[in-house]
Amino acid sequence: MNRRSFLQMSALAGGGFALGLYEMPWAQAQRRGVPRNLKPASFIRIAGDGTVTIMAKSPEIGQGVKNTLPMMIAEELDVEWKAVRVEQADLDEASYGGQSAGGSTSTPNNWQPLRRVGAAGRQMLVAAAASNWGVDAAECTTQAGRVLHAASGKSAGYGELAVKAATLPVPPLDQVKLKDPKDYRIIGKSQPGVDTHAIVMGKPLFGIDMSLPGMLSAVIAKNPVFGAKVKSANVEEIKKLPGVRHVLVIDGTLELGSFIDGEPGMEPGVAIVADTWWQAQSARKSLKVDWDLGPGAAQSTEGFKTKAAELLKGTPANTVRSYGDVDGALKGAAKVVEAVYEYPLIAHGTLEPMGSTAVYKDGKLEMWVTSQAPPGGRALVAKAMGIPESDITVHMCRIGGGFGRRLMNDYMVEVAWLAKQVSVPVKLLWAREDDISHDAYRPGGTHGLKAGLDAQGKLVAWSQHLITYGDGKRIVSGGGIGGDEFPSGYTPNYGLFMTAMPLILRCGPLRAPGGNAYAWVGQSFLDELAVAAGRDPLEFQLEILSNTPVTASGQEPRAKGPGDLNPERLAGVLKLVAEKSGWVTRKKGTPGHGFGIAAYFCHQGYFAEVAEVSVDKDNKVTVNHVWAAGDVGSQIINPQAAESMGYGGVVDGLSQMAQEITLDGGVVQQTNFHQHPLIRMRQTPPIEVYWRKTDYSPTGLGEPTLPPILPAVGNAIFAATGKRVRTLPLARSGFSWA
Amino acid sequence: MPLKLTVNNVATTVDVPPDTPLLWVLRDVLNLKGAKYGCGMGICGACTVLLAGRAVRSCMTHVSAAVGQPITTIEGLSSDGLHPVQVAWEALDVPQCGYCQSGQILAATALLAHTPHPTDAEIDTAMNGNLCRCGTYPRIRQAIHEAAQAGASAQKS
Repeated sequence: MNRRSFLQMSALAGGGFALGLYEMPWAQAQRRGVPRNLKPASFIRIAGDGTVTIMAKSPEIGQGVKNTLPMMIAEELDVEWKAVRVEQADLDEASYGGQSAGGSTSTPNNWQPLRRVGAAGRQMLVAAAASNWGVDAAECTTQAGRVLHAASGKSAGYGELAVKAATLPVPPLDQVKLKDPKDYRIIGKSQPGVDTHAIVMGKPLFGIDMSLPGMLSAVIAKNPVFGAKVKSANVEEIKKLPGVRHVLVIDGTLELGSFIDGEPGMEPGVAIVADTWWQAQSARKSLKVDWDLGPGAAQSTEGFKTKAAELLKGTPANTVRSYGDVDGALKGAAKVVEAVYEYPLIAHGTLEPMGSTAVYKDGKLEMWVTSQAPPGGRALVAKAMGIPESDITVHMCRIGGGFGRRLMNDYMVEVAWLAKQVSVPVKLLWAREDDISHDAYRPGGTHGLKAGLDAQGKLVAWSQHLITYGDGKRIVSGGGIGGDEFPSGYTPNYGLFMTAMPLILRCGPLRAPGGNAYAWVGQSFLDELAVAAGRDPLEFQLEILSNTPVTASGQEPRAKGPGDLNPERLAGVLKLVAEKSGWVTRKKGTPGHGFGIAAYFCHQGYFAEVAEVSVDKDNKVTVNHVWAAGDVGSQIINPQAAESMGYGGVVDGLSQMAQEITLDGGVVQQTNFHQHPLIRMRQTPPIEVYWRKTDYSPTGLGEPTLPPILPAVGNAIFAATGKRVRTLPLARSGFSWA
Repeated sequence: MPLKLTVNNVATTVDVPPDTPLLWVLRDVLNLKGAKYGCGMGICGACTVLLAGRAVRSCMTHVSAAVGQPITTIEGLSSDGLHPVQVAWEALDVPQCGYCQSGQILAATALLAHTPHPTDAEIDTAMNGNLCRCGTYPRIRQAIHEAAQAGASAQKS
């Protein structure tokens, strides 16, 4: 059975009860740009036999939302999780609310609305039973998919009540009663991934697995330099190769300026469309293209390094935040520490390369996509194709990794364009080499830091100048920095400055954007300061967090929200990880062995991590053990999967420490995993993950688990060797993984 | 040129150039989508299948090299998902995105076939060719140990 027939059968199997998410105040914020006149959609279907189907609204990229979000509904609906079928929703934000996955927002944005959808469903089923029995609804209870009336001993399954319930009004979602968390039977209990069985059976779930009758497969030979255009290509020759049906020169819509956006337009290239993907990829070996390389060819990593060093010596172009008197405080400091930190562009390298499938028929598109942000993707496709969004149907496939790469939707535009050209179903799959060398890269940066300590070893001033890519005040996508970058607000004198240099290459957010670089810079430099002050880095950071936050001059103090650092919560995870790792009594002073600690707040989550490392005489680093402590609020919704996300963030962060993308003559020098490596199993340490549960509303785990591991390892390497890692990848600081 | 293959105990004939990678024959000719394309150069392991019981990278294996040897893909590991490795994978909910997992499962199966009780070091060696971009390695290690124990109990009973 192919994907299409499966989808059609699911639609036919709809039951007698459907409940949608109606417009409500707390859902509006997450639904920017969605029309107000919403139509109710089907989040819950209950068939006559009691089968409960819950729709998974958001893209599943491995972060587990296909469990987490339906679990919220099932809990309040009060059904057995085992009785629930989870089905992936199509793109329909008017019905489901926001359907993008990014920024660890799925949990915090859906925690209220989805539990209320479940509770409303439960309330309607209770009302149906009460009406049937002629009793007061308040006397009825529910348990495991049944409504019970204790006084009369009557009970009925949800399946029996579904038809009646469907005729009743949906209660206002802000007025439904939610469970007391102590009564939770699904939330907070590990529920294995709803697709895990299908994955271990090798079922076709992913975008790459799509198959449609008469479908062709496509690869795009991408340009050697970003922005390069096709002057000519041996199209006719390639067309004659086995299985090849179409060879299409893509002029693209890319316009090169001084600032390249995350979605800069369609890139030029040559598409080869064949009966099978391997035929298309094989034909590519005979492809000869004469490229107009354009201005990107003048760029090199060495050139940018030289430029960054010059800019660092000059006056910063922009002030991100400044208060107090940094220069005066530095002059008066007992000790001043200076350092330059530098990190490279890196690629996302999702294991499933970019791609999607589309059919274009009678001016309408049907698409099966691998996007983390299908709403944005559809808008982009509509604009590129000149058709209304309402003429584009979008199905979401399970996705072989997102990590932020699929917030960009270039492959959706490409496959839509191809579908129109070839007039039959077409699946686009990028080759790995194009995926690595045409990514939307995590921007690199250089930070000049200067900080002052007083005679007691207290931090009195912090100055940081970031040189990154962009134009004027604008930083490229994925590289933004805020005035609240720690320790902003927690030191009496502070300055954060930014100077941008143009880059003719695409950048974009990578898991924990900002944090994956700024945590390493800030927490490594803080460790340097603790060493300079002769103090323990944990105690040094806890003292800084205990300072009364400084409000910028001219600003009124404002109410703090979940996006603002709560120092008590960051201190809390630091203390927890210290306790679990035995930080205070750790072994010190053994050459070649050391511990490092770091903490970071981002995407509403708090994490602190400790790494224990060994470094041999050849500067090869083994991470022996990692302890992680997190605070993401009152509930760990799916504990086993949450722990796995903790492992994943740590492993991902370790991988990042050895990766770099470099340019020579504008050509990206890395094309596959041998040059842009991932951590392997033998390099993965035992990882312990601990939770500090607090009274705050639950937040997400995709991003905040990652940032602290980079500085924790860097600080441990210093403890082991006395050498500070100030340049990434590790190799550029003289280290490598064992 | 017609080539005779035995895939998951089923004899079949495919008509493709002999140097076509086994991966693309499985995926696009035989419609077995479990083995995945990850790198195309044998360094990520997402395409791992068993050839006469050995874990091989099907993206680097010419289909002609598989003639006359039994090929096992994830779809043929068991009919019901009750192979001890699959059971352990489900019990520990190993996958995150899941893309690499068919390769991981088959690499683990090959390991356990000749090393029923692997040490951590043996697991590291056997699994070193299989990348997981999501970082499920700690769970994979746990699952291999669990599958080894289940295999031992099954033999005793």
